[in-house]
Order: sequence, then structure tokens, then C-alpha cells
Amino acid sequence: MSMKKNYVVETIRKTQMLELLASGQRLDGRTPEQHRPITLKVGVIQKANGSASVTLGNSEVLAGVKVATGTPFPDTPDKGLLVVNAEILPLSSPYAEPGPPSEDAIELARVVDRGIRESEMVDLTKLCLIPGKTVYTVFVDVNVMNVDGNLFDAMSYAVVAALRSAKMKKFIVKDDKVEATDEMVPIPVEKIPVSVTLARIGESLVVDPNAEEEGAMDMRITITTDDEGNVCASQKGEAAGITPEHVLQAADTSIMVGKEIRKTIIEATK
Amino acid sequence: MEGSRMEPKKKLIDAAGNRLDGRKWDELRPIRLEVGTVKNADGSAYIEWGKNKIMVAVYGPKEVHPKHQVLPDRALLRARYHMAPFSVDDRKNPAPSRREIEISKVTREALVPAVIVEDYPRTAIEVWIEVLQSDGGSRVAGITAASLALADAGINMRDLVVGCSCGIVDGQVVSDLDDTEDKEGQGDMPVAIMPNLNQVTLLQVDGIYSREQFQKAFELAIAKGREIYAMQREALAKKYFGGEAMTVQAEEEVSE
Repeated sequence: MSMKKNYVVETIRKTQMLELLASGQRLDGRTPEQHRPITLKVGVIQKANGSASVTLGNSEVLAGVKVATGTPFPDTPDKGLLVVNAEILPLSSPYAEPGPPSEDAIELARVVDRGIRESEMVDLTKLCLIPGKTVYTVFVDVNVMNVDGNLFDAMSYAVVAALRSAKMKKFIVKDDKVEATDEMVPIPVEKIPVSVTLARIGESLVVDPNAEEEGAMDMRITITTDDEGNVCASQKGEAAGITPEHVLQAADTSIMVGKEIRKTIIEATK
Repeated sequence: MEGSRMEPKKKLIDAAGNRLDGRKWDELRPIRLEVGTVKNADGSAYIEWGKNKIMVAVYGPKEVHPKHQVLPDRALLRARYHMAPFSVDDRKNPAPSRREIEISKVTREALVPAVIVEDYPRTAIEVWIEVLQSDGGSRVAGITAASLALADAGINMRDLVVGCSCGIVDGQVVSDLDDTEDKEGQGDMPVAIMPNLNQVTLLQVDGIYSREQFQKAFELAIAKGREIYAMQREALAKKYFGGEAMTVQAEEEVSE
């Protein structure tokens, strides 16, 4: 959930924020290109095939992977299913409410899903059992536990870590029938997409905005990059524009910051 | 856009650099714009772009219902992108999908920067985008027509908003992907801009782009958007000034 609608930043705080940004500083002491501390813990839910609890500053999310078998989409008969979903729990913030997913929750899930899917992190062709009939279905459900800005990146790291650490039951095809075995195998993951979100506040771009910065921002841009520094997904959000020069600057920053965060993810999911 | 991308079965660009429909890499499909197409609406526009057929109506500024959504200092802009059940190959359930909800959100956020919402406090401005037939790039076509409908409604605006999608097909950056290229190509990047203010108001990316390809596709989308902007002005001039003289002048200004 974007906190923009709910989190009101006092004018005096925003003025202070803009004054500091003019000299390249932020209210919490970070530099414009510095993200908050990240912690990643995998295997926190034993009943899930894979799980990860991630904190990004005070934002906290919990991702769980569940693998089963099912029918493929008609237009991709030889590929497994990968579905990423997000729920902003009512316990996560005084502004969150129970009920059907909000527009913000839908955007959050779809942007994270896009980064994972478009980077080809999971080799979906290896998740096919009987083409057109039975494939592995990988569901990644993410619970937002505490909201303090930039849920996009926190959720993306949690999904990547949960998928990397997941073990699924191996199925085999015997006489045109799918049978479960006792063997546990990893999900065929290849790349590590890393999402980096920047907020534009006035004329400054800052990496990993916290809730207060989101409350003051004009717009945000999320850019996901892969191991080779390719851009594989992006989304501009909020009701203001951005210059083309800023977009290209954001791409460069995302590639640079992404490299560093990728190491953190590898370290935590070894 | 999701999960449906297939490995290319046939070449989408031939050895001579022609695409399936005969276009070169940086060409647009034919675009037709018309302003004032829904009688009841305060403003409206219709766009045909390739096989896309999209009707847009704007109602407002009007009273806000429900009341708790009122914004005391500006207008509330609502946008709905919706696809008709018959607009795609397999019938689409008319209930709004997650995809449509997301597109409605990014469409609203692409249009708001151009609307001087501060001029209409405590009101709602509604933008209804109905995709009657879809052919790749329908969100940018919808945004392009929606900004015309807003202008037709006489809403105060800072600039028009114009969109164009670029992407990667057969490993090559191309402009204005059609349905087949969108599904079988390797990437799609819808972009919307306010051409006079040099602001990007919509940017979505999927696919795998090197840093160079990203910049090339992004800058191509902006350049193509500027071409379509001339058509938008022409469509407005046609309704309000009967066309010709104004049209020539508009094109000259743009080419400066």
C-alpha cells in the first residue's frame, strides 16, 4: 500500500527534508543512493515449501512458497505456473483494512510478479510434467507484516529468497499419469532479479524511500535488473511525471545498487 | 503481458527488416483520432490504432459520490480502463481483472499530472475508457484518447498526454508493438509523456533489455509520442476550428 494517501507529512518536516536533499542528505542520515539495512531469514515457516522473512528498515514482509500440480494456461501448455500474490495485512499499519485486495495491493503484487517473471528467474519449462495437461504450480504468497515504505523492494527480496530456498516434492510421469515421489528437489531458479525503487522528492531521486519520504514524494519508479545488469521490469507510480533524464539516471542507480543487494541475497540463501 | 509470452515460432522481422505487417522497426501503425464521439459526455474521443478501437468519455467536473472521497483542495480524477468481453480472441469476463485494475491506476497517474486539478476543488472528473477491440498497446491508445476527451470537456490542462509503446522483437528494438509482437516478442515498454513539459507520466517495462536497449526503446517511445501529439492537435483542431489552417500551423509548431 502506498502510504501517500494516509501518511501526512507536516509541512515543516517536508521543508526540512527538501532543504537537506538539496545538499544530498536525508532526514534519517542516509545518502540519496543508500538503502536501509536489509535482513533476510529463510526457512521460517516449516509447512511451506520455502519461506523468507525480510526486513528493509522497519518494513517487514513474510513470503511463503507452496508447490502443487495443476493444469497449465492454454497459451503456455509446456510451462509451469508461477503466481505471486500480496496481502497487506490489517495488522501491518493503522491505515490498512481487511477486505478484498486494494488497488495498491494489486499493483504491488503485479509489479513484483513482473520482475520475477520477466527476468526468467524460474525456468518454467522445467516445471512441465505432461504438456497441456499437468504442470507444477508454484504459488508465492506474501504477507506484509509492518509498513514503513517501499514494500515493492522488500516484497521482491522476500519472493526471491523464498524461491531460492524452496524444496518441492518431485513428481514423475508413469504411464501418462503423474505420481508423487518422496524425493525433495529445489525449484529450478537461475537468475537473481533485484528490484530497486527510487522516489522523486522535488528535484531529488532517493533510493528506498521510507514511509515519511513516500508521504512527501512526488512520484516513484521501480526498476528490476538481472545478474548481467539488464533491465527486466519497471513501473512508474503516483500522480506526477519525471523527466527522461531522471529515468535514465534511475536505471543506472538501480543497476549499481542492485549489484550490492544481490550479494546480500546470495549470502542469505546459500 | 504476463505468462503468455511464447518462444518465437516464426520470424517476426524478415531479412529485409520488414515486420509481419510490412512496417520498418520504427514505424507506427495507422492511427485515426476523432474528438466529440459520445453525445451525452462532457468530452469524448475515439481512437483507432492498428486494430485497437477505443472509446473514451469524460464526465465532470461533477459532484463527488461517495462524499467521503471529496478532496478539499482539488478535483478527484477517476479513470477506468475496461475491455469489452468481445474485444479479445477468447471472451473476457466483463468483471474488472487485476490487469485492468492496475492499468486503470497507471492510466489515472499518467493523466493527473496534465490536469490542473487545483482549479476544481471538491469535484470529480471521470474518465471512462472502453476498449472495444484490443490489438497491443491498448493502454497507451486509451491514454492518448483520454487526454483528448479531457481537452474536449474543456478541463484546464497543462499539456496533452500522449502514449506509445516500444519493445523488443526478434532481439531488436521496435516501435508500436501489435498483438502478435506483444505476445511473441521479448519485451514491451509502454510510455506516456507530456510533450511540451518534457515529463514522462507513464512508464512500465517488461522483457530483458541491456542498458543500451533500454535507453533506445525509451527514447524511441518518446520520439514516436511526439509524432502522435501532432495527430492529437489535428483532431482537436478539426472539431473546434474546422481543420485545415490550424492543422498546418499545429504541425509546424511541433516540428520546431
